[in-house]
Amino acid sequence: MIHLENLCRHFEVGNQIVRALDEVDLEINKNEYVSIMGVSGSGKSTLLNILGLLDTPTSGSYVLSGVSTSKMNDDEMAHIRSTKIGFIFQSFHLIPRLTAAENVEMPMVISGLNPKERKEKVDNALARVSLTDRSDHRPEQLSGGQRQRVAIARSIVMEPDVLLADEPTGNLDSISSKEIIKLIEELNRGGLTLIVVTHDTHMGSRSDRLIELLDGKIVTDKKN
Amino acid sequence: MRFYDLLFLAFSTLIRYPLRTLMLLIATSIGVMAVILLTAVGEGARDYITGEFKDMGTNLLIVMPGKNETTGGGSPADLAGVAPRDLTVEDAISLRQIEAINRIAPIVVGETPAQFNGLERSVPIIGTTPSFLAVRKWEMESGNFLPGVTLDRSPPVCVIGKEVESELFGKNNAIGQWLRVGDRRCRVTGVIATEGRAIGIDVQKIVVMPVSLATALFNRPSLFRIIAEARNTWEMDQIKKDIIRIIKKRHQGKEDITVIRQDAVMKSFDNIFDVLTMALGSIASISLFVAGILIMNVMLVAVSQRQSEIGLLKAIGAKNKQINYLFVTEAIILSGSGAILGLILGHTTTQVLKLAFPTFNFLPPLWASFVSLIVALVSGVIFGLLPARRASKLDPVIALSGNK
Repeated sequence: MIHLENLCRHFEVGNQIVRALDEVDLEINKNEYVSIMGVSGSGKSTLLNILGLLDTPTSGSYVLSGVSTSKMNDDEMAHIRSTKIGFIFQSFHLIPRLTAAENVEMPMVISGLNPKERKEKVDNALARVSLTDRSDHRPEQLSGGQRQRVAIARSIVMEPDVLLADEPTGNLDSISSKEIIKLIEELNRGGLTLIVVTHDTHMGSRSDRLIELLDGKIVTDKKN
Repeated sequence: MRFYDLLFLAFSTLIRYPLRTLMLLIATSIGVMAVILLTAVGEGARDYITGEFKDMGTNLLIVMPGKNETTGGGSPADLAGVAPRDLTVEDAISLRQIEAINRIAPIVVGETPAQFNGLERSVPIIGTTPSFLAVRKWEMESGNFLPGVTLDRSPPVCVIGKEVESELFGKNNAIGQWLRVGDRRCRVTGVIATEGRAIGIDVQKIVVMPVSLATALFNRPSLFRIIAEARNTWEMDQIKKDIIRIIKKRHQGKEDITVIRQDAVMKSFDNIFDVLTMALGSIASISLFVAGILIMNVMLVAVSQRQSEIGLLKAIGAKNKQINYLFVTEAIILSGSGAILGLILGHTTTQVLKLAFPTFNFLPPLWASFVSLIVALVSGVIFGLLPARRASKLDPVIALSGNK
């Protein structure tokens, strides 16, 4: 499903070239549950951004669902993000002025779905994260765990193939973290490919496969 | 993205930052209001001036001595700079043969001291006939306007303005008194009620006397003007030709007069005020562009404030074009609603001004409302483009890691 070959991502900082990702080869299968771990600056977030088509590699190839992404323009990448990829962020990234339901609706608003269909899908997505009774609340009226559940509902509402989570429990207490982990693992069991960047060793040990990065290179890749 | 979704998103942002939105609305609305008010003043001035002309009637022809025309190297007399032949009372009398003319009012103008009971002041004199009253649509406060006077008969009578009455006669009744004007004496037969100006002279300060008396007083046979009132407006062109023909014959075949139509004069004033109003409107439009620049500045700040939101929209599949539309829509909504607010404020203010200054008519022209609305919208689009472009070009990774 995901195929990276000889992938590099270099940044120029002053006169120095920082190799955020250095000749990475990676194969992730459909429905896999992968944790990416590593210290700060090891390149794990860069890897996730490239997998999510938010960033483009300096060199190497990235094939997603059999389609090479290297020749895609901005609009084509936006289309893939819209239809195939769901994102969850550490800081939730909800739009503060919109209600939970409206936040969940955003991806469909952008893709231009008709309102009737949208309503149904929003209801389903909120039901899946058990927030039906909070649909009219704005983010500031929700707890951290509830906000992340809204974000998860938003990430799955377009029925993507891959769910990319960047430290999804980083801003949450342990009880909320457990809930969120449980929720995304359920989604994975429902057929979604799940890739999580995390610091949390507990979460890393729960995944099917653990990848560890150091200085832009994969140093560990093991199945749990 | 659907159109109403775009509108909803843009509106939700504007409501989210009420102070910012209010400031931009005020900026735009002041611009639009300025256009409405300034053009209202321009149109009001036009209305005032043309109203003055209309009071005089549009069926008037004015005969002036001299020909306002540049002819290339004419007769030796022209080269010698010989003055045109005078227009005389006899010329005016000769015009009576034109049947289509209703009334004829010759005018002599001069200034001379007027004296009563030891009080003296210098007064502008108009020498004319009773037709003048009707032609100018003047009203009398008391007495009669030059009774018994015709073009060829001039009993020693005069009519005075209100200020002349109060200054020279005080509390005495002026009517029936003998007023000394220059080296002549005339009996005051009436006081003019009308205020304002005629031929550039304050009506309240004048003394009006029979035309022959005035020519004798100034020892000068020439008339300043002859005003002829046409029976019907459609006959005016023919009357003009007839006047020129008759006077030309009397002046040894020389066409040395100018005949202008009152309505033509009014028309040129109208044109002048058209230009004036447009100029005022354009000046005011500059403030609309200033408001546009303000919108641009504030939106550029908004783009950096809303980086993470822009990043998120990109992460969930928004195309650059859609981000662009979103910001341009916000700018258009801002400038559009600012313009509508400005229209409401502008028209309300003109109504208030009308109440405050009832003599001056404030008339905001319809085109000013349209033009200011369109200029506001266009400046919204133009000045919204740069911030929108900046937003759409944001790198999603940097945007997402930016402020929350």
